[in-house]
Amino acid sequence: MADQKTIKMIIQRQDEPNAQPYEEEFEIPYRKNMNVISALMEIRRNPVNAKGEKTTPVYWDMGCLEEVCGACSMVINGKAQQSCTALIDQLEQPVRLEPMKTFPVMRDLAVDRSRMFDSLKQVKAWVPIDGTYDLGEGPRMAESKRQWAYELSKCMTCGVCLEACPNVNSKSDFIGPAPLSQVRLFNAHPTGAYHKAERMDALLDDGGLQDCGNSQNCVQACPKGIPLTTSIAALNREATVHSFKSFFGSDYHN
Amino acid sequence: MAENREFFNRRLHSLLGVVPIGLFLMQHLVVNHFATYSPEAFNQAAHFMEGLPLRIFLEFAVIYIPLLFHAIYGVYIAFTAKNNVSRYGFFRNWMFLLQRITGIITLIFIVWHVWETRLAYAIYGTEVNFDMMATILSSPFMFWFYVIGVISAIFHFANGLWSFFVTWGITVTPRSQKVLTYATLGVFIIFTYMGMATLIAFAY
Ligand code: SF4
Ligand code: FES
Repeated sequence: MADQKTIKMIIQRQDEPNAQPYEEEFEIPYRKNMNVISALMEIRRNPVNAKGEKTTPVYWDMGCLEEVCGACSMVINGKAQQSCTALIDQLEQPVRLEPMKTFPVMRDLAVDRSRMFDSLKQVKAWVPIDGTYDLGEGPRMAESKRQWAYELSKCMTCGVCLEACPNVNSKSDFIGPAPLSQVRLFNAHPTGAYHKAERMDALLDDGGLQDCGNSQNCVQACPKGIPLTTSIAALNREATVHSFKSFFGSDYHN
Repeated sequence: MAENREFFNRRLHSLLGVVPIGLFLMQHLVVNHFATYSPEAFNQAAHFMEGLPLRIFLEFAVIYIPLLFHAIYGVYIAFTAKNNVSRYGFFRNWMFLLQRITGIITLIFIVWHVWETRLAYAIYGTEVNFDMMATILSSPFMFWFYVIGVISAIFHFANGLWSFFVTWGITVTPRSQKVLTYATLGVFIIFTYMGMATLIAFAY
């Protein structure tokens, strides 16, 4: 086994939220069909860096391992994506791993995406179904519309679109593309539409829709192929109508 | 909409960029283009514009005040972005970056241009006519400064027109946005041609 193949990895590490980041190189044995997570697991099994020194195991987040939870997102060779679906065979070496620095880094490659969940709360990205009595079934949705809405519902709050957006950064309070598109999803829902006006108001609050600068990176970066820029433009149209209605109209509820 | 101040400012910024500033820019380039016919034609066209009623009022309402808001708020917008074309080198991301760069260049250019052709005129009483522009542009440095300034301004307007249509929700689908990219490219080419022809007519 003299000519055993190896994988070179350069990982940006950080010991705790406020620590200085540093780089560490690893060289791990190659196996067929590895993804970035199985490579990271190899480092965890045997935490020795490329210089042969013993080190702490690299920390990262993961959940589903099939690109539906979004927890494992990180910047791989400069591009934010899910590490569970990033195949080593398709990556240029050395493989560079960095955390998505748009978010607070907790440790090594793990980040805190709370801000996205806060934004979803801000824009009321849910369908209210609670009442003091059984509200019964909601109105039906046309199948064609359901299929269209399904595409928008695939968002896993992974944060890749925020990482790709030049307007989401520490100098701005833009909530980013993902929560915007969710407003479109919930406004389209027959029961969700009851809260359309409230959602639009929240959407146009500081850091909302208007902070989009149309760089359109998000739609290229989204692993789920969500038509983010179409959602944004559609919401822009809705916002135009909404603001006219609430300025000139007197009995405007929806 | 009183509470959503940022939304209001952003939309106002977008609107002012097209009406009146964009309209003024087009008008300005068309009037100046008379310089390519003859110095007299230019002087006549310029004097017609100068003779418009309530000129000072028009200049403030249509040019200075909207431009000041657009410029100050625009600089703020430009500096809240963290550009990343090296990692995400997509066409629109480049346009996003260029929009901000040309905005800053245009601002510097316009400040100089207004000083030279309006304030100096108001203070020293220099007459604004073909000869004045010909003198300014006979210096190669000023000529290239004007070339860069004019191209930046036109690019900023053409690409800004594209964002205007998206910002107001007129072009929603990717297809309509793409068609608009070509349309605004056309705007850019036509006005750049006019602007360059004018500068050359003044200088040579
Ligand atoms: S829209 Fe796409 S990129 Fe953005 S969080 Fe949702 S799944 Fe991730
Ligand atoms: S682990 Fe869930 S998306 Fe990768």
